[in-house]
Amino acid sequence: MYRSRLFEEQVVQIWNDGLITGEMHTGIGEEAINAGIVTQLVDGDALALDHRGTSPSIIRGVDPKELLLEFMGHCKGLCSGMGGHMHIFSKSHLIASSGIVGASGPAAVGFAIAAQHLRPEKIAVAFFGEGAVNQGMLMESLNFSSVLKLPVLFVCKDSGMAITTQSSQVTAGKLVERAMSFDMPAKELDGTDVEIVWEAANEAIADARSGKGPSFILANCKRTQGHFLGDPLLRIVNEPVKELARITGPLFKSAVSFSGASLKERVRSLKNIASLLGKTAKHRFSGEQDPLLILRKKISEQEEIISIEEEVNKEMKGMVEEVLRMYENNNQG
Amino acid sequence: MRTLTFAEAIEDAIAQAMSEDPNIIILGEDVRMLRVNLFSRFGEKRVINTPISESAFLGAGVTAAMAGLRPIVEIMLIDFIGVAIDALLNHAAKTEFFSGNKWKVPMVVRAACGGGYGDGGQHEQALWGWLAHIPGINIVVPSNPSDAGGLMLTAIEHDSPVIFLEHKLLADYWRDYLGSGGRDNLDYNVPPAGEKGEVPDKWLSIPLGSASMIREGTDITIASIGVGVHRALEAAQHLESKDISAEVIDLRSVAPLDTTTVLNSISKTGHLLVVDEDYKHYGLTGELAAIALENLLRLKFGRVSIDQTIPYSHSEEMKIIPGTKQIVASSLKLLKD
Ligand SMILES: Cc1ncc(C[n+]2csc(CCOP(=O)(O)OP(=O)(O)O)c2C)c(N)n1
Repeated sequence: MYRSRLFEEQVVQIWNDGLITGEMHTGIGEEAINAGIVTQLVDGDALALDHRGTSPSIIRGVDPKELLLEFMGHCKGLCSGMGGHMHIFSKSHLIASSGIVGASGPAAVGFAIAAQHLRPEKIAVAFFGEGAVNQGMLMESLNFSSVLKLPVLFVCKDSGMAITTQSSQVTAGKLVERAMSFDMPAKELDGTDVEIVWEAANEAIADARSGKGPSFILANCKRTQGHFLGDPLLRIVNEPVKELARITGPLFKSAVSFSGASLKERVRSLKNIASLLGKTAKHRFSGEQDPLLILRKKISEQEEIISIEEEVNKEMKGMVEEVLRMYENNNQG
Repeated sequence: MRTLTFAEAIEDAIAQAMSEDPNIIILGEDVRMLRVNLFSRFGEKRVINTPISESAFLGAGVTAAMAGLRPIVEIMLIDFIGVAIDALLNHAAKTEFFSGNKWKVPMVVRAACGGGYGDGGQHEQALWGWLAHIPGINIVVPSNPSDAGGLMLTAIEHDSPVIFLEHKLLADYWRDYLGSGGRDNLDYNVPPAGEKGEVPDKWLSIPLGSASMIREGTDITIASIGVGVHRALEAAQHLESKDISAEVIDLRSVAPLDTTTVLNSISKTGHLLVVDEDYKHYGLTGELAAIALENLLRLKFGRVSIDQTIPYSHSEEMKIIPGTKQIVASSLKLLKD
């Protein structure tokens, strides 16, 4: 978990410095889910990831240096700079990723079919957000894997938000019930507590390995970075004066324009926007439920933890320095 | 006349249309925030946030249009059309024909397209050629604010499905969302004339399938669309310094395609270079060559386009997305050979 966090904190820094040109989705805040599950995987197990695959990849053992070089578009990156952070592919780890929301469902199903034929007792894990559960192919995958009793673990990381949309406003029913209706065990749990995740996953993975079919885990979490780095909602909340100035002018001009919805409806829209921003400020990105702090509190051997953290810290710093050197050399050459 | 950004122009044209026609609705992911101004003015009944269920809401857009509404369905990035292609391919495009021309689908599909900011091969595609392959679908790709607003109005008023593609390099908010994210230490080589410009006070629609001749010349015709138009114009200026007179055509619409303007120009120059940010094979570039041949024109033909998946690496993508240098080099080669 700590490796994942530290790595992504370095990524944030490098992104801020403009050395990563496009968007960047981090998994900061999701580490307990990723660690609780991915640490139980063995060689031959497969991982189907979405656009937020950095943290599970690091935990699965992908080389941080290769990953960082990849994010910087370097030819020595994990995928030679061709894939980027939303398309992490590691054949040796059986990791495949996609930036198409919902695609990790069918990907895991295919890995699981291959496992049934070629890798007995091996499984496939699909990671996706709660926003993805309304994508047809993901629902089709739940059904398909259930009827074939495939060794799949579906992991829904529920942050409550899909970009700027509150998922509760566009998702009907309860997700756990939805999954159970496909005749598979499903559980909702606190995704900020790695122990809880580990235990639930342990059972589900054992079931999958022994041929009992797929399971579904719904794990709640909070993401302090928002949807991606530079998240506009988060920027508004963090720097209201600067960011709102850009938005309010056109917004009010439009809201009071002649012809349009009734006054009541317009007020409702404005209230809706204000409420989204208010919720963003108050709950969505608060650091209270940081899985690392929660883990730290639980562990009695504080000294040991500090020394492990220092070691990881040193390793990451050294790695980043090396990567930056390689990046510069590349640019000069 | 007033000055608006590319994104403002599109929104302004939609606002004008929505205020005149209560049957226009917007469906899409995150539209309450992405279209916050329209949401605050037209309310939640007309600006509808959808789940991430493109196949459902694009499919729904087709029949909503058949049943009397004029939906603008937003597929955030055109790359994501993959999950909902059936709604276009087998439904939007077929209804008019299947009904013996008695039932139309006045739907707009609005999507962002194009690359140049380091987002990789699943988020930066153009895909207009692939989509234009389907009979029954219209596709417009504006290159500047004035055309963006006008063509959006065209798309809304048209009685058949129109895909409106908005290049992310020209739309400031997309560049900010998916590229810089509030950082000011990046340069995406944005063409200024595409990003901001003069627009009419009241929007008028631009006839579908009308190209615009943006630079006259006598030696070579360079036809392009979207951001490529700006790169072509820049290339034409370079060519001028080498005493080559290039004519530049902004096609504006992939389907229908304004063949008359292109053919007239080729008759004059005898050389056609097509600059296309879409894939090279089976696309717009080959289509224009075929049309020229079908019309018995004698010409020399060349193309600058993309024949591979777009690399994530920004420096690598800039090597393969048609740029000014490649256009100049290809033009010189075409004129020399
Ligand atoms: C098919 C498709 N539609 C839309 C998008 C744009 N998009 C990228 S991430 C995202 C939200 C995903 O939410 P969720 O699945 O909850 O994951 P999170 O980002 O919260 O981890 C959307 C709509 C996409 N990448 N693919």
